[in-house]
Amino acid sequence: MILLISSQGQNLESPIEHRFGRSPWLIKYDTETKENQALPNPGGRQSGGAGVAAAQFVIDQAADVVISGDFGPNAANALRAADVKMYLFDGNLNNVDDVIDTFLEGKLPAF
Amino acid sequence: MNMKIAVASGKGGTGKTMVATSLALSLIETNQVKLLDCDVEAPNAHLFLHPTFTQEIPAVIRIPKIDPERCTLCGQCVEVCQFHALAKVGKTIMVFPQLCHGCGSCTWNCPEGAIEEIPNPIGVIEKGTTISGIDFTHGKLTLSEPMATPIIRQLKKLEKSSNGTITVIDSPPGASCSVVETVRGVDFVILVTEPTPFGLHDLKQMLGILEDMRIRYGVVINREGIGNAELDRYLEQKGIPILMRIPFDKEIARGIAAGKPLVVIDPNYHEKFKDMYQKINQIIDKSDGRS
Ligand code: SF4
Ligand code: SF4
Repeated sequence: MILLISSQGQNLESPIEHRFGRSPWLIKYDTETKENQALPNPGGRQSGGAGVAAAQFVIDQAADVVISGDFGPNAANALRAADVKMYLFDGNLNNVDDVIDTFLEGKLPAF
Repeated sequence: MNMKIAVASGKGGTGKTMVATSLALSLIETNQVKLLDCDVEAPNAHLFLHPTFTQEIPAVIRIPKIDPERCTLCGQCVEVCQFHALAKVGKTIMVFPQLCHGCGSCTWNCPEGAIEEIPNPIGVIEKGTTISGIDFTHGKLTLSEPMATPIIRQLKKLEKSSNGTITVIDSPPGASCSVVETVRGVDFVILVTEPTPFGLHDLKQMLGILEDMRIRYGVVINREGIGNAELDRYLEQKGIPILMRIPFDKEIARGIAAGKPLVVIDPNYHEKFKDMYQKINQIIDKSDGRS
């Protein structure tokens, strides 16, 4: 399963980013190989339509799951249509690592 | 000769609409005057002039409609849309009408001719006349997305002035692309500002835009008495003409809040606005080398 998590930085210790569209980075994590990769979010630098740009990027990465603080209506529509599951951070989590663990334990709320 | 004057400001709430409406009311005594409210995200000149609207024109942009029979999902359209109004999702191209600016790039770039353009309403343009005879037009954006530029373009295109008309344009606040669209092609811009550090900062941004566009301008200082002398010093140093000073005055503030035009609150301003119009003409003549 491929997860994408919005992040302020480029590794698993980085603090999470609550905005989806304007998140500077998206951390891609493969639950099978346990490999991760930091991808710059193309939406991060856009003035309008950042959410859709980020959603398109997530879809192109063939992600199964995307985790962030919130999703705008346009981004959510695109992700839903592509059957990418959206999950939200839980208030106690700080970095990407924690988010992945908590998600795998099945404790993150769905969007 | 026609004359087009835009009234702009670095930020909202500086008294831009107050100046535009009172200028129009002062000039209507001797001229044919049009007022165009291009502040389409928050039009309010009508609250001071109370026009009777007689015409309503839908403001539309053309958005893409994709023919799934012809579309090969090549993704070109998604690629070229700088507003991210399109997304390729599975076996379809999704269109997000609220994000589309109607620029036509997608249609132009589709190799399969799979895109047809359909009208999408983004607002209305209302036209009417005021009791004093001002020809009034404004645009109202109905979308939540800020998409002011296309409606301003349509608004300005509708205005074919007959000879000798003075058009006063209430511009959107701030230094944005909708302001650029509004002031494009005008003869003069009146910048309304306050004598505060914030006022000066915002004013400088506007000056930069007008310098780039080579449009002549002058400044109206509103609420003089608050703030400091930095603005005056700056204007003097740059040789920027001061067209009028409106003092900070409780009577004026109260009247404006109640929807009264400045020239109604204090009729002495009729003459001041006429003088200002003369000043503007002199500045234009001078820079045209006709003085
Ligand atoms: S018309 Fe322009 S803004 Fe609208 S979808 Fe096509 S490319 Fe994007
Ligand atoms: S450019 Fe034309 S053919 Fe290509 S995906 Fe868009 S609509 Fe389909």
